[in-house]
Amino acid sequence: MMAYIVRRTLYAIPILIGVNLLTFLLFFVVNSPDDMARMHLGAKRVTVEAIQQWKAERGYDRPLVINTSAEGMRRFTDTIFFDKSLRLFAFDFGQSDSGRNIGHDISQRMWPSLAIAVPVMLVGLLVNITFSLLLAFFRGTYLDFWGVVLCVTMMSISGLFYIIGGQVLLGKLLNLFPISGYDVGAHAWKFLVLPVIIGVVSSIGSGSRWYRTLFLEEINKDFVRSARAKGLSEQRVLLGHVLRNALIPILTGVVVVLPTLFMGSLLLESFFGVPGLGSYTIDAIERQDFAIVRAMVFLGAVLYILGLLMTDISYTIADPRVRLE
Amino acid sequence: MMPFQPVMLATDALIFLLLGLSGGFAWYARRHAHLRAPWRRVARSRTAMGALVVIALYVTIGLLDTLHFRAASGTDEQGNTRYAGEILSVLDLIATPLREQSEKTYSAPFATHLYARETIELPQGGQVRDFPRLQWGGAHLADPLADRAGDILLRTLLGIGIGLFAWLLLLALLLRRSAQGWRQWWSDEESGPQRSAAWVGLLMLILVGLSLTLAGAYHVLGTDKVGEDVYYQSLKSIRTGLVIGTLTTLVMLPAAILLGIMAGYFRGWVDDLIQYLYTTLSSVPGVLLIAAAVLMMQIYMSNNQESFNSLTERADMRLLFLCLILGVTSWTSLCRLLRGETLKLRQLEYVQAAQAFGVGHFTTLMRHILPNVMHIVLIVVVLDFSGLVLAEAVLSYINIGVDPNTNSWGNMINSARLELARDPLVWWSLLAAFLFMFVLVLAANLFADVVRDAFDPRLRERS
Repeated sequence: MMAYIVRRTLYAIPILIGVNLLTFLLFFVVNSPDDMARMHLGAKRVTVEAIQQWKAERGYDRPLVINTSAEGMRRFTDTIFFDKSLRLFAFDFGQSDSGRNIGHDISQRMWPSLAIAVPVMLVGLLVNITFSLLLAFFRGTYLDFWGVVLCVTMMSISGLFYIIGGQVLLGKLLNLFPISGYDVGAHAWKFLVLPVIIGVVSSIGSGSRWYRTLFLEEINKDFVRSARAKGLSEQRVLLGHVLRNALIPILTGVVVVLPTLFMGSLLLESFFGVPGLGSYTIDAIERQDFAIVRAMVFLGAVLYILGLLMTDISYTIADPRVRLE
Repeated sequence: MMPFQPVMLATDALIFLLLGLSGGFAWYARRHAHLRAPWRRVARSRTAMGALVVIALYVTIGLLDTLHFRAASGTDEQGNTRYAGEILSVLDLIATPLREQSEKTYSAPFATHLYARETIELPQGGQVRDFPRLQWGGAHLADPLADRAGDILLRTLLGIGIGLFAWLLLLALLLRRSAQGWRQWWSDEESGPQRSAAWVGLLMLILVGLSLTLAGAYHVLGTDKVGEDVYYQSLKSIRTGLVIGTLTTLVMLPAAILLGIMAGYFRGWVDDLIQYLYTTLSSVPGVLLIAAAVLMMQIYMSNNQESFNSLTERADMRLLFLCLILGVTSWTSLCRLLRGETLKLRQLEYVQAAQAFGVGHFTTLMRHILPNVMHIVLIVVVLDFSGLVLAEAVLSYINIGVDPNTNSWGNMINSARLELARDPLVWWSLLAAFLFMFVLVLAANLFADVVRDAFDPRLRERS
């Protein structure tokens, strides 16, 4: 077990190096720092000095990979590649293009993101499992048919519609919740209810349909038939046998997204004005702050790889039939 | 002198390529029984046939919007025809009144007056603050308050009539039958899918009829901030949605298929390398990778503005580039599926036999592996479509989608969401975009489900 985890962790290293190289290529080689400066400074006829100054302020004025003017190790460390890319491995994200400390921002903004993402996931899981279990119980009836139709319909609605529609209906017309904003402490829940409801509702379509398929897959297996044959009631078969076995793929699907919950939901946060990492990313994209986008790309990849690792491990814990190679 | 000069944008060329490929595939599938059979199953599904009619209407509008040209604007001294700088499409030509009849600012659907009060100069002198009459919407009415309802009703009935007539005509042309045959068609089980296609077709034709009679006289879905007709925008957005949904998969297919089957067939270091490649790419969250790539593209485009002849061409290149980026982020899942399937196939007797006979790797891949994984490719293409259409809206909302000048549902939503704070609510742009998108995505989802069930034997056994 331990050896397996170590091997999987080691396997993640080349992938992280790949992601790091990819971001380096994308951000510094496809377009030179000069291009970035020109884009930021906006004007067509921007002076060479202004570009130089912009680059110097942000540390983009060094050579890309090898600094021929420096001595010894500084040939390699006093470069953009070392300073902007390799430092990401130490989770040293540096300064954003507007001069803020990205690492500090991330540690601050992570909590509002979690405050929305965790309830959305937990409530969503509960609602989806209940609903799909109900569909599985009534399989083959009209209830099941129209339930699936409802799922497909809900899947076909744009996520933006849920957000905007929810804001207008529950926030503006019915005046139940504040439309947007965020607070800490006792009043925080008021601002969280609406985004969580919307996040859960928009996941019902695809989630419930997927879980229903998982349940139906289990229902047709031999051990379920045996359970029925020995006289168990349908409820006990569903809850005791089908649910328990279908929970394995469901839970591993949850585990893989657990780390990425930190990144928050881009849309929910930006619509509801929640100061989390999702809206941080969107703001950075809109302000074209490359340093932040670069940091988030790397962080996202790290969390995703962590999720994969956790999935592999949780498989072995949840399902004793899985053997490690 | 030619009255117009055809223009072929980059995405147009790819759309025609895609049409050619689909045509070729259809022709190939017709001649092979094992490919014909699953399509027969699709054709026997009522849902699929109904959905197909909706998709066909969207595709028709999208194709009309793909035939681009420059209109002749006069002749120069040497007698050569000069062409306008503006690139139009056949859809623009058909919808000329919609395109040209723009108002000053917002107006509600079927409104005859503007949304906001303005100071109006009275003919007998003096000023009054009131809602001014629209320049085009309901302009033919003498007394809008009294006549509007009657006029709309009349036009609606006329539109339904036109739709019904066209439907009957089409039905008679497509299914030439005797009275006996009609009765049978109407009631028997076998023509059920045809009947549901016919019903959906009736609905679509009525909608077309209604747009013919109503859209010219009113702004049926209102106007936006700068007074452009929302219905026209929604129609123009269809092409963008279809391009994103189809070209993205088209551009990623070669890489995904080649790498996928190579990884599964050769195994060893080839497999390791390809797996490493797609694991790395897929570990970057999609939105962020797209954002990074689009930001870089924006820099490139703003520094190389001289290489684009017109705004339309620039917007088109951006659309194509977006498809490419989306393709890069979405090929990994198909690649992984194909690798898995190829791993299974290469163990089968006929592949082993081919290898034993000394057939080359290339021939084995082309003759024995590729044809047997094509159904997975088809399923993925069809399943991905609706997700991509929805993704476009989200990306345009974050400003990393299509060019702001391109008509797209995402851009419509993006520009309309700021107006939700207004009172009374400006809801029509949003609703129009969501409705057009919803109908297409729903039809695509329903169709994709049937296609998947028909092509994936594993699923068929289970149900």
